[in-house]
Amino acid sequence: MKWWTSKVNDPTGSIAGNSSFEETFQKSIILTNMESMVAWGRKNSIWPFNFGLSCCYVEMATSITSKYDSARFGAEVIRGSPREADMMIIAGTVFIKMAPVIKRLYEQMMAPRWVISMGSCANSGGMYDIYSVVQGVDKFMPVDVYVPGCPPRPDAFLEGILLLREQVGKEKRPLNWVIGPQGIIKPQGPSMKETKRSERMKMTEISEPDRV
Amino acid sequence: MQPYKINCTKSSSFVWYSFFHYYYRIMQQSAYHPLLWPFLVYGLAVVSLVSGILLISWFLGERHEEHATDEAYEGGILATGTARLRFPIHFYIIAMFFVIFDVEAAFIISWAISIRSAGWAGYLTILLFIGVLAVVLLYVWRIGALDFGPDGPKLLKAYYKYIKKPISYEVVDQQGK
Repeated sequence: MKWWTSKVNDPTGSIAGNSSFEETFQKSIILTNMESMVAWGRKNSIWPFNFGLSCCYVEMATSITSKYDSARFGAEVIRGSPREADMMIIAGTVFIKMAPVIKRLYEQMMAPRWVISMGSCANSGGMYDIYSVVQGVDKFMPVDVYVPGCPPRPDAFLEGILLLREQVGKEKRPLNWVIGPQGIIKPQGPSMKETKRSERMKMTEISEPDRV
Repeated sequence: MQPYKINCTKSSSFVWYSFFHYYYRIMQQSAYHPLLWPFLVYGLAVVSLVSGILLISWFLGERHEEHATDEAYEGGILATGTARLRFPIHFYIIAMFFVIFDVEAAFIISWAISIRSAGWAGYLTILLFIGVLAVVLLYVWRIGALDFGPDGPKLLKAYYKYIKKPISYEVVDQQGK
């Protein structure tokens, strides 16, 4: 099936196709199975939980503003209750004092739920290798996507959301809790370190500050 | 005409008896016989639709049972206390006043819309209405229904009486009685 978007005042958009019977049907009928349809719906409406720990939350909040606009990916409806939220973004330093609270909130979220670990502190403790900081939020709860950076730019966070979307679209989850197999089959997430390594290795020169 | 023989010694059964009797008489006298089955079908449809929606959403989706899953959400903190709080009765009175005066405002506004067509008669009527309102408000004020919170001097008086000491205080706050 072909899907396309057209721009406003685009003359070619309006005359594209031959308006045949077959084409009209192709545009208006989708054949799919229940699982993929539910997965498609989930992936396009991952609502985040209103939850921030430290400075990374500023960048996360910026990703909702009009410049970055996480609404493009259906992830802008911030929920104030864990019962309605789908995604928990660990945006900031996970202090040992805060860890039970985070765990509690994660437990109170309804399935399906996903976790993005945002920033160095949440990923690994970051530079705080000290008594008060948990060395990575994955020490006590599962994480789906890690976003590196200190703090990550909103762009990087949006890339994390895109990666999570891809994962969610491919996941196999049970449609009910009574009949059928109950396990969740999650795809192996791509390693961006390997994907982007060659590109990153090319960055050998540092530009001067007066010509950014 | 007595359609049923019912023991009418108790007052409640008497009320039921007269109700059925009245209904029977009306059904007999009027030519109007409402169809009952569409109403039953409609009721059944509503009940089955709602219960179907509730049942399906109960079975669909995933479940997980963890330590804090079913506990109340209090921003990740353990909830304390109970929701069965004791509110002062004054909240009730103020809510009642709001309802009463709100309805009266609706009357006044509907008069204000038709002020020209209602004429002097309407004006005098609403004047009387507002006058009654003002009297009611004065009465309510007088009996202390608008006073909110505890009465400080009264409490102090009771306290000094309790510890059996002569009253020796000055009213600093002139608003109190």
